[in-house]
Amino acid sequence: MTASLTMIGRSIRLSRRNFDLVIMAIVLPVMMMALFVYVFGGAIGSVQSYVDYVVPGILVLSTGYGATSTAMSVTDDMKKGVVDRFRSMPINGFSLLTGHVVASVARNALATFAVVLVALLMGFRPAASPVGWVLAMGVLLLYVLALSWLAAGFGVVARSVESASLLGFFMLFIPYLSSAFVPVETMPSWLRPVSEHQPITPVIETVRALLNDQPVSSGWLALAWSGGLLVAAFGWSTWLFGRINRR
Amino acid sequence: MIVETEGLTKRYGSTTVLSGLDLKVAEGSVLALLGPNGAGKTTTIRILSTLTRPDGGTAQVCGFDVAREAAAVRGMISLTGQYAAVDEEQTGRENLVMIARLRGFARPAARARALELLERFGLTDAADRRVRTYSGGMRRRLDLAMSLVAQPRLLFLDEPTTGLDPVSRTTMWDAIGDLVRDGVTIFLTTQYLEEADRLADRIVVLHNGGVVADGTADALKNSVGGTRLDLTFPCAEDALRAKAVTGGTADGMTLSVPSDGSAVHLHRVLDDVLAARVDVLRVSTHRPTLDDVFTSLTAVAA
Repeated sequence: MTASLTMIGRSIRLSRRNFDLVIMAIVLPVMMMALFVYVFGGAIGSVQSYVDYVVPGILVLSTGYGATSTAMSVTDDMKKGVVDRFRSMPINGFSLLTGHVVASVARNALATFAVVLVALLMGFRPAASPVGWVLAMGVLLLYVLALSWLAAGFGVVARSVESASLLGFFMLFIPYLSSAFVPVETMPSWLRPVSEHQPITPVIETVRALLNDQPVSSGWLALAWSGGLLVAAFGWSTWLFGRINRR
Repeated sequence: MIVETEGLTKRYGSTTVLSGLDLKVAEGSVLALLGPNGAGKTTTIRILSTLTRPDGGTAQVCGFDVAREAAAVRGMISLTGQYAAVDEEQTGRENLVMIARLRGFARPAARARALELLERFGLTDAADRRVRTYSGGMRRRLDLAMSLVAQPRLLFLDEPTTGLDPVSRTTMWDAIGDLVRDGVTIFLTTQYLEEADRLADRIVVLHNGGVVADGTADALKNSVGGTRLDLTFPCAEDALRAKAVTGGTADGMTLSVPSDGSAVHLHRVLDDVLAARVDVLRVSTHRPTLDDVFTSLTAVAA
């Protein structure tokens, strides 16, 4: 327990001191939101209605950036020999990954806060009750946790920090094939099934419905996807970490 | 025996890194594992410090099997790897406190231990600077300090001074010498014969994944012969004329004469040569170094 707490303290301290990480985690999502709302918003509908639509999508997009930097910092530790020191000490193997994951969640929380704050300034007027807010953030948290463990696993297998950053490519791309920025109904029929059934769509739909105080239709599906992904990613990452000593 | 291995093997794909390594290390001693790059030094240390599993054979460290009782082994050892395993973006003090916390020290005890080690390794002034700003020598000292937080019984040092300038190297050697006096068993690898000569009680020379020599520095040096005198002459003919009176082997303008290294013998050789009316340009005495040992051993084994 002390080991995990110490590792969490370490990862948070290291992210605080890594300016790039902070930029990536906060400024980029905010800029993406401004881009979507002001550049595309007018074409898609009105700026006002689009900001209400797009905020959940931006929040999920920013988790992708967060996950990428998590994978990169894990790989950095793996390659720098720091991991050898920790592994030769009598501490639980995955406390190092736990530290990275918790720091990742913390960075995401900060990014979420910044995005929501800027969105409010841009005219975002969510109708959610406090309970709706708590539920929406809860759904997002579970998703971020799952994604962070997945990223940690990528970080362990990646051969270099550069290849870990490739995760960002997928993370950047996948949200576009969902209901994050435009309704799925507007996509061509062959693409629709993919976008409807990929894990990000129910998460976004649930967060959006909760924030805009509309009936939630895909809540259980979102929880099942995130929960399932969390269990699988946690299992995969810790299994990978345990396997390092075969090399 | 604090380390005991039997028939240790390790392969990476089709490359055999260790081919049946047998090693025994007595508690309180300093063993240097010497060998060229790729000889299997780092692999040996990685197996003994539970980072890598052997493909065959057994290894016991502090009485525990490295594969089956890794957790028990980890409680007894510390590892200072080839690349300083320190967090660049943390300060020296933060690095030390972190390790102490991971080793189970309560917060105040961790801070006290960090302070103690910072003083001992001359890092007090740099304690609150990020490690990124440290010199190579300071980094290595911090790395060593981090390995000593929990007072290990056995310390692995993988090439502890590779890449350091001569002054930093001497400082590291002094620090390691202090540890030996405290009774810590040290298992180190090095490419520098001087380092093995200076630090180790016993030297094991590794080549192509197996032991090619094992003994004290002196024993290894004696195995390639004693001291010799090298006399240099103005020309090769002079060297041959001198050889006729002193014996030895001539190589171009240089004549090598076996010697006991005493002044009396040197005097006699020079007198003999001068009596033969040959001028000597230069004289040097040559004691065999571990480099000679190394070269002759690895040449034979290859």
